[in-house]
Amino acid sequence: MSTLTKQDTFQSLLDSASSSFAPIRTQAKETYLTQGLPALKEEEYKFTSIAKKLESKIQEFKSALPFAVSKEDIESVLFEGFDGDVLVFSNGKYLPELSTSPEGITVSSLSQAENTPLGSIAKPEKDAFSALNLASFSDGLFISVPKKQKVEKPILLISFNQANSGQVIQPRVWIEAGDFSEVTFIDHSISQTEDPYFVNKVVEIKGGLNSHVNYYRLQNESKNAIEVSNIHTDIFQDSRFTSVNLSLSGDMVRNNLTLNLLGSNSEGNMYGVYLLNGKTHVDNHTNVDHTIPHAESNELYKGILADQSRGVFNGKIFVRQDAQKTNAFQQNNNILLSEDAIVNTKPQLEIWADDVKCSHGCTVGQLDEEALFYLKARGIDKNTATGLLLYAFAGEVLEKIEEESFRSYAISLIQERLGSKF
Amino acid sequence: MLSIKNLHASVEGTPILRGINLEVKAGEVHAIMGPNGSGKSTLASVLAGREEYEVTEGEVIFQGKELLEMAPEDRAREGVFLAFQYPVEIPGVSSTNFLRTALNQVREYRGQEPLDAVKFLTLMKEKMKLVEIDQKLLSRSLNEGFSGGEKKRNEIFQMAMLEPTLSILDETDSGLDIDALRIVSNGVNKLKSDKTATIVVTHYQRLLDYIVPDFVHVLYKGRIVKSGTKDLALELEEKGYDWIKEEVDSATAV
Amino acid sequence: MSKDNQILEELTSKEYEHGWSVNFEADEAPAGLNEGIIRWISAKKEEPEWLLEWRLKAFKTWQSMKEPEWANVHYPKVDFQALKYYSAPKQTKKPKSLDEIDPELLAIYERLGISLNEQKRLQGIAVDAVLDSVSVATTFKGTLAKLGIVFCSFSEAVKEHPELVKKYLGSVVPMTDNYYAALNSAVFSDGSFCYIPKGVRCPMELSTYFRINAANTGQFERTLIVAEDESYVSYLEGCTAPQRDENQLHAAVVEIYAGAHAEVKYSTVQNWFPGDKEGKGGIYNFVTKRGICAGDHSKISWTQVETGSAVTWKYPSCILKGDYSIGEFYSVAVTNNYQQADTGTKMIHIGKNTKSRIVSKGISAGKSQNSYRGQVQVMKRADNARNFSQCDSLLMGDQCGAHTFPYIDINNSSAQVEHEATTSKIGEDQIFYCNQRGIATEDAVALIVNGYAKEVLNQLPMEFAVEAQKLLALTLEGSVG
Repeated sequence: MSTLTKQDTFQSLLDSASSSFAPIRTQAKETYLTQGLPALKEEEYKFTSIAKKLESKIQEFKSALPFAVSKEDIESVLFEGFDGDVLVFSNGKYLPELSTSPEGITVSSLSQAENTPLGSIAKPEKDAFSALNLASFSDGLFISVPKKQKVEKPILLISFNQANSGQVIQPRVWIEAGDFSEVTFIDHSISQTEDPYFVNKVVEIKGGLNSHVNYYRLQNESKNAIEVSNIHTDIFQDSRFTSVNLSLSGDMVRNNLTLNLLGSNSEGNMYGVYLLNGKTHVDNHTNVDHTIPHAESNELYKGILADQSRGVFNGKIFVRQDAQKTNAFQQNNNILLSEDAIVNTKPQLEIWADDVKCSHGCTVGQLDEEALFYLKARGIDKNTATGLLLYAFAGEVLEKIEEESFRSYAISLIQERLGSKF
Repeated sequence: MLSIKNLHASVEGTPILRGINLEVKAGEVHAIMGPNGSGKSTLASVLAGREEYEVTEGEVIFQGKELLEMAPEDRAREGVFLAFQYPVEIPGVSSTNFLRTALNQVREYRGQEPLDAVKFLTLMKEKMKLVEIDQKLLSRSLNEGFSGGEKKRNEIFQMAMLEPTLSILDETDSGLDIDALRIVSNGVNKLKSDKTATIVVTHYQRLLDYIVPDFVHVLYKGRIVKSGTKDLALELEEKGYDWIKEEVDSATAV
Repeated sequence: MSKDNQILEELTSKEYEHGWSVNFEADEAPAGLNEGIIRWISAKKEEPEWLLEWRLKAFKTWQSMKEPEWANVHYPKVDFQALKYYSAPKQTKKPKSLDEIDPELLAIYERLGISLNEQKRLQGIAVDAVLDSVSVATTFKGTLAKLGIVFCSFSEAVKEHPELVKKYLGSVVPMTDNYYAALNSAVFSDGSFCYIPKGVRCPMELSTYFRINAANTGQFERTLIVAEDESYVSYLEGCTAPQRDENQLHAAVVEIYAGAHAEVKYSTVQNWFPGDKEGKGGIYNFVTKRGICAGDHSKISWTQVETGSAVTWKYPSCILKGDYSIGEFYSVAVTNNYQQADTGTKMIHIGKNTKSRIVSKGISAGKSQNSYRGQVQVMKRADNARNFSQCDSLLMGDQCGAHTFPYIDINNSSAQVEHEATTSKIGEDQIFYCNQRGIATEDAVALIVNGYAKEVLNQLPMEFAVEAQKLLALTLEGSVG
């Protein structure tokens, strides 16, 4: 079998990289070329062979160009009741003319913020795709929230993806939240076609002292899309970061979510729902690194899998020797709706400190037949009853979304997908 | 009410407090600030009686009694309350059960009748409003699975229940978002009276916008190196601690 | 010295409350184990021929077996030839009623807080009191007999209800099951027998109180509980032993049979002498407990509070054979000083729609080692089997160990199995937090430990739960700081 190799595949992409961030790019390119794409049997990508998938779906390994997005396109995808600022991307390119500018916050393209230490949070040596993005991204977005700024309204990042001949889209975002700041982001990726394309996304987030950052993400890509995302966060003393990730479609999706707790009394929360059908394959790899005492992390991922879909969950909690008094919780629950659906779940705890409280658990099961029967016995039809129970299952995660319009939207979207309204 | 004289304390042989002097009178609010590692939390812990700190010199008189001679639970019963920097989780023990045990032991010490379930619940309901805490939270295991904000709010709720004379708030503000900070501060402010005193330990000036101190003290290397009014806190916010460190370090170098 | 160590020190000097013994004349078998001894025991108990045959067969089986070594416990091997296998207080004549029992024997139980006087007892509990190898008294027999319930010593059951004993003995725990079960089958002395007829709800708690008194004697009791269709019984077991320098062996077998729609609750508060603070002496507690949910919709629930014994090796299990049958296991196991415990359960799902629930709470202090070993097995035919397991470990101090060995063996894809595990440390922090709110240290320890074990203690009958709570607090008093 001929698998993609590091040279032939992305060479043209690497060769035509932009001139911004030249020293960083050069280094990342080297890292990428030394590492290459993850091989078939590599532990970290064991169940999710992106390389093989790319080979079968992507013809042109070059950057997708932005396409025209209209105001109506944007209007059509805004959630009901949404009141906030909107930043628009087309195939990964930031379109300031269609975006609004959030008050009191610095927003610019990355090429205009060349001092940004890209790759210092999402380190290229940790993941080949992250290195590839750093070496060859076209341009990205820089967001900085000043100290003590409470951003009252949510900031919506809408990415329209549509790349006909299966090209490569490489978004990159850098977010820094100043000390005591409070801000909520909603990252929504949509495709209005069913084209194959490859999204290789990197987001780096830095949360300052006592900052509160929410990062909600809705993946609603083309059902033929291949996507790898690396979202890496560093948070400092007394700060809190919450991520809620909803994956609903795509061909093969791999999310690497890494959270580094770098200051005491910091709190990191990672929540997710994956609701899959057809042959969709979603792989959530999360990584929490407790480096200091008195920090807390909570993790809850729930999966509902129908048809021949596959869900992979790999959660790693690393508690370093100095990280005494750590509280770390991790839970992954799955419901299989068909015999052909597959779940691979691997919760991992690596604890080097002795005074900590850690727990993890995972379940794989079917819908509760007794509960279903009970509902049916009360006159509720099977589809509605199934939807009701599945929604109850996923609801625990959706409740974690604090921003109302997005929560309602996510709930309605998931209810719709679950086949009934209630 | 509280008089600290030349207090020295060390942990595992390393001196942390090197001669603290502080007078707190009824009705006053004192803020203790200082960079990380200056000894702020140690001072709070020593006053409450945490075992791992060894007092090597000095005395603390609380309402005419030798505070340092007393066991931690007796200090609590005498009216010293510490709002913990890291409130402790106790699985399987509900906040309600915990507080009832605590309150009745405190009452017994003070020669009061224990509260029966009904009276206790009535009191609890009244105090819950103060910090906008939900009853559901109180029937859960103590601090277990509470968010950072909920834990801090629960500390202030306990303070309201136990009605201390001297409250020491150890970094009660850190980790709170602005809304939670407002609720917590409101609770503390409502509990203040001319018979009680409050010591606020913090490394952020932000809290002092809400709980206004009568005095601000800066702790550095185990000593109070500067005292002033709330303006001092603002100055620190603006200039950081470096100028104080320099001032102190150059003075000691001479 | 840190507070932790200081308090641990205090604790280890704490005396075992039931460490006394009484001298009285006893009927004893000579030390050693051979066919002759088995015949001697059987003759002493005036047993029928079939039972002697059964014992001898078990003895042969035992001789061909090896002592198991897979458990996470270490102890000097038992010298089976140095032990005595029978010891009974000498009674001049067989007592016909409770009034005729030697007052000295009654005094032993009074001292343990177990009154055998029916008037003094709470009406809710019938007691079978077993001292060393024999049952000395069974209370409320008459009351129970009116409902058709048989509650008596095992020896009496062999005489009065041979057909029942013959039918069920060894049916749940075959003599070939394991080394100690085989040994017990060969030499078992006495124990309790309980039979609840079809459709009867036993109106009071049934209880057996085991006491080892004699030195150098093994205790090998055998308990058999048969709950016919649609019946219910709650059964309690308590035990203590004198403080002796040498180790004593306790190898019991408990068998439970539950018919369709029957429910059996079996609760144990185990407080055998754990050895002294140097780890000297103490009981080796090697017990086989198993129940079979034979009928559809039957339920067996094990609850245990384990605070005693030097070495514990015990896995109360459920065979879920009937469809919709339920097995439960709730356990608090506390180890301190040099105690070792390897305990857990086995849930074997055979029938369809069977459910099991495991809640295990380990508490380790001192230099002890505490292991949870649990197996959940779902057989091929067991459609829709459910299991939930939760194993929590609580560590006190840094010289003890907690280990978890879950085995999950699923042969049917419709199974739903959940496993949760946590490990945490009780520390100065929690105590100080309580102190700072005005709660004294002793009360704080009780509060914390009982909170941790609450889910299990809640399963115990009220009177037992109070006793268990006190026992927990006593065993651990001062070990936290």
